[in-house]
Amino acid sequence: MVPFGGWDMPVQYAGLKTEHDAVRTSAGMFDVSHMGEFRVTGPDALAFLQGVTTNDVGKLRPGRAHYNWLPGESGGLIDDIYIYMVADGEYLMVVNASNIDKDWAHLQKHTAGHDVNLSNESDQWALLAVQGPKTAELLQPFSDTDLAAKKKNAYFSAKLFGFDVMLARTGYTGEDGFEVFVDASEAEALWDRLLAIGITPAGLGARDTLRLEAGFPLYGHEFSDTIHPLSSSYTWVVKDKEHLGRAHITAAPPQKLIGLKLERVPVREGYPVYADGVQVGPPIGYVTSGSSSPTLGHPIAMALVDAAHAEADRFEVEVRGKRHAAERIGLPFYRGA
Amino acid sequence: MKTLSELKYAASHEWLSPDGTVGISDFAQDQLGDVVYVELPEVGREVSAGDTVAVVESVKTASDIYAPASGTVTAVNDELNGSPEKVNESPYEGGWLFKMDVTEASADLMDAEKYAETAEG
Repeated sequence: MVPFGGWDMPVQYAGLKTEHDAVRTSAGMFDVSHMGEFRVTGPDALAFLQGVTTNDVGKLRPGRAHYNWLPGESGGLIDDIYIYMVADGEYLMVVNASNIDKDWAHLQKHTAGHDVNLSNESDQWALLAVQGPKTAELLQPFSDTDLAAKKKNAYFSAKLFGFDVMLARTGYTGEDGFEVFVDASEAEALWDRLLAIGITPAGLGARDTLRLEAGFPLYGHEFSDTIHPLSSSYTWVVKDKEHLGRAHITAAPPQKLIGLKLERVPVREGYPVYADGVQVGPPIGYVTSGSSSPTLGHPIAMALVDAAHAEADRFEVEVRGKRHAAERIGLPFYRGA
Repeated sequence: MKTLSELKYAASHEWLSPDGTVGISDFAQDQLGDVVYVELPEVGREVSAGDTVAVVESVKTASDIYAPASGTVTAVNDELNGSPEKVNESPYEGGWLFKMDVTEASADLMDAEKYAETAEG
C-alpha cells in the first residue's frame, strides 16, 4: 500500500503485469474512490460551468458525459475533469483526488453572480472502474439494464447485483468498460460480488501503465498549474466560447507532448531529453511519464519538449548519466479493439 | 520466501555467495515484480561495500543494487541483457548479477534465517 492523495492505495494485487493483461484481454477493476465528486445544481449551473471549463457543456444532454478542463488564470490547468449531465440544471463533476481542495476553492470563488449550488459529495460515493473488453458481457447477467446498448460516455442509473448504482461507459485504460458510482457504504459488498464473477482486482501500477499505453495525460505529470494544456494534442477539449483563462489557452504552447519508444532501457519521469546527436547545451525537454509497456514489450514514455524540436524523429534520453536513443512515435502507443 | 543457507544477505536484499557472486533475494524479486531491464557494472570496477553498482528495473520502478562487499567486479551476467526475467525466475542461480573478487564483505550481512525474519518482519 502507498499513500496517495490522502488515501492508502494498493499499487498491485496479483502483480502488475497480470492485472494489466487482464484489463487488455478480459476485465479488471480499480477502486478509484479517491476521486472527487462535486454536484453542481441550480438555474445557472450550465452558465457557471461554461465559464469555468473549455469544452462545450451546452452540448451535453441528460445521461451523457464528457471530458473537460478547468483552465487556470495563468496558463496551466487547475484540473482535468469529467462532467456528467444528470438533468437540466444538474451536473456531476469528477475531479482528481489530489486536486479536490484546490478545485473546490477555485469553483467556489467563481460562483459569484450565478444562481448555482455546489456540493462536495466526495465522501459519499465510492467509484469502481471495471475495465476491459469483456466488461459488458460479464456484468450483463447481474444488471437490469441492456449494457451493450449503452454508448461510450453514457451515464445512467441501473441495478447491479441488486445495488442501486450510477454507471458510466467511461474509463482511463484505453479499453471498453464501465465506471460504477456506488454509495460508499455498499462499495465493499459490490467489490466482493465483482470479484466472485472473475473480475481481476488491479492497482495503481496497472492503472498507470494502461493509461500511458493509451496516451492519456495524467494531472501532475502531463498537466499542471503551469504546463500549457495544448502541449498535448487534446485541442478538441477547447471549444469556441468565452471562459476563464481563454487568452492563455489560445496562445501557442512553448512545448509539445510527444511519445517516445526506447529499445531496452526504461526511462522515468524527470529524465532529461536531448536533441539527437547534440552533445552540448541544456536538455530540450524532459520525460513526464515513462515505463516499460507490458502490452508492447518495450519501454515507452511521454515527454514535454521545446516546440521547435517536437517534429524530430529521434531524440536522446539521459539515464543515470548516459544517453540512450529514443524514437518519436505517435500517441497513443496502443489502441484498443 | 525462499532463502539459501550458504548465502549472506544485506538488509537491502542483495545476496553474496562464498565465491563472490552477487544477486537479489527471492523476496526482492517478488516485491519488484516483472524485471524488464538490468544495468550491470563494468568488469574491473573497484567498489566499496554500500556503493550503487547496478540497477534492476521492473515495470513500475528502478531499484538500485548496492555492493554487499568491497572488492573488484570480475564478471557480469550478460544473459540478463536479453533475458532480464531470469532475475524473477531464478534469483539464486540463472538470475545472478555479477561476481566480485571480495576484499572485505560488509559487516552488516545477515545469515539466511536472520534475513528472512528481517525481510518478512
